[in-house]
Amino acid sequence: MLRFITGRLVLTIPVLFGVSIIVFLLAHLAPGDVTTILAGPFATEVVKEKLRISFGLDQSLPVQYIKWLSHILQGDFGTSIANRRDVADLVFPKFVNTAILALSSAALAYIIGFFAGIFAAARPYSFSDRIVMGVTLMLGNAPPYWLGLLIVLLVSLNWRLLPATGMTNIMGDGGAWDVFLHLIQPMLTTAAAPACIVARIVRASMLEVLSQNYVRVARAKGMRRRTILHRHALRNALPPIITVCGLQLGYLLGGVLFVEVIFAWPGIGNQLWQAIQARDIPTIQGATLVIALAFVVVNLAVDVINAYLDPKIRASEKAGAT
Amino acid sequence: MVEPILKVEGLKTHFKLREGMLKAVDGISFSLAPDEVLCIVGESGSGKSVTAQSILRLIDPPGHIVEGHIRYRDKDLLALSEREMEKIRGDRIGMIFQDPMTSLNPVFTIGEQISEGLREHLDLKKNEAKSRAIELLRSVGIPHPEERYRDYPHHFSGGMRQRVLIAAAIACEPDILIADEPTTALDVTIQAQILKLLADVQKRLNSALILITHDLGVVASMADRVLVMYAGEMVEYGDVKTIFEDPKHPYTIGLMNSVIRLDDQRDDELRSIRGTPLVPINPPPGCSFRSRCDAALGVCESEKPRPSSVDGGHLVSCHLMRQGGAP
Repeated sequence: MLRFITGRLVLTIPVLFGVSIIVFLLAHLAPGDVTTILAGPFATEVVKEKLRISFGLDQSLPVQYIKWLSHILQGDFGTSIANRRDVADLVFPKFVNTAILALSSAALAYIIGFFAGIFAAARPYSFSDRIVMGVTLMLGNAPPYWLGLLIVLLVSLNWRLLPATGMTNIMGDGGAWDVFLHLIQPMLTTAAAPACIVARIVRASMLEVLSQNYVRVARAKGMRRRTILHRHALRNALPPIITVCGLQLGYLLGGVLFVEVIFAWPGIGNQLWQAIQARDIPTIQGATLVIALAFVVVNLAVDVINAYLDPKIRASEKAGAT
Repeated sequence: MVEPILKVEGLKTHFKLREGMLKAVDGISFSLAPDEVLCIVGESGSGKSVTAQSILRLIDPPGHIVEGHIRYRDKDLLALSEREMEKIRGDRIGMIFQDPMTSLNPVFTIGEQISEGLREHLDLKKNEAKSRAIELLRSVGIPHPEERYRDYPHHFSGGMRQRVLIAAAIACEPDILIADEPTTALDVTIQAQILKLLADVQKRLNSALILITHDLGVVASMADRVLVMYAGEMVEYGDVKTIFEDPKHPYTIGLMNSVIRLDDQRDDELRSIRGTPLVPINPPPGCSFRSRCDAALGVCESEKPRPSSVDGGHLVSCHLMRQGGAP
């Protein structure tokens, strides 16, 4: 197991290297020039050139990349062109805000998804199965900007129950409870789609496993229905479910732009959107890199969990093989 | 005659398919004495496995037991609640399946898979169940059972897995053991070992055994009585000696003839029953076997033959019997 994790960690190095190249190049591929935005549409070419030199944008791409990478490796994400601040100071707090939203949404989505999926798998093709699956199909495909507005309309405007925007109350203490109250609506909006996706994969994977011979053997041994569902079947159904859960979390950590905009949640999606508008290359690169890193870490976690669940890999340590 | 431990009467298990009603089992009756070995034979798709799974009520939708009685001791198994049925499965009636490679749960150790039944039915504590499971592993011929207890299924070969599954099936010393083609998926050399183990276990537990097979050699060496099935129906039922020495139904005779013998000439053509088995989806009236039968009569087109007694316990479902003459 330890060997597996080490091997998997080593494998992330080339992945991260590739990610860094793509992140770097993508920002440069985007049309438009930061100098036009900073100096205005009527600036002369001389002024623009001076600006470019001051940001190091006149150098060739490989030189720029190596400089950027070596700074990153030293923990220096550069300075935002748009608002002259350290990219790290700009991006990290926003990422934490997104992580709060993403992790809580994911947790909610997993809980709902597992319950709904197992419930449906336990009674396949029945009326209740069809109802649950129908709801997941509708809710899972509801656009978040529509769902979010609907929730705000009901909860904040009609019922006046919860704050509509922001992460903390200006007049409040900004404590955990305050954040939580602000979190509920964006969390519900964000969790809807992943919950439905998880419910569907849980159901599909459970049904697949429930048709296996060893489930029939367990029934023939007289094991109870619930034991079979929760012990025999779920355990075997987990790997694809965990993979999907990881992917969903990865997407969420990339920022949920619509939700962040609707609820004015100060997250990384919002930040990235502003940086793209301003052609603020260092911030785009910094934010994208952080998002990519989060994705890589989540995938690593998924692989490690799945390896742990697989007795062929887990037991290899005991046997000293592989 | 001794009081039978299991009595199946007019069992019908049908599957509602898009193409129509598949009458996988359509009116099977037999009884089983407490230490009897009953072999159910027939081609693939004749309803042998569905019969076996119906006894334990393991049939899933779209399949349903639509008619019949299954009486175990004084209980009507078809009238029990699911919870009561769970207490019979694995405790009073054990079952062994065809494919040992996929019959063990890959994420649990084989020890856990044997002891979970013990803990469920006999209420044993964890370490009691463990020592009992180790004894069981030893009794089915697994070497070093203490160490193997902690191993996962992927450490075992097919034959060894079937031994483990037998150990799990006999863990609670059931009255009836059902083995559904337990050796079909195994190497020929292993088949004999597993069959010998089954025979030993049956004698040791003094239990009844229902063995499903299409190997007539196995039937000859193990069975007390034989039930021959065709297209979900019983075509012939009797003790092993009668069935082998004096088969009455044209299908049984065809089966016996298609066995390859050592004294066959090398260039003799292999004997078989012409045609292919009837798939009983919306079956036409009349005898299911008539399209393959050389002795078919006019009445076979229109009327389904009922089982009739030839002498004593020997039952045959064929119109030729009623005509008075054997084919």
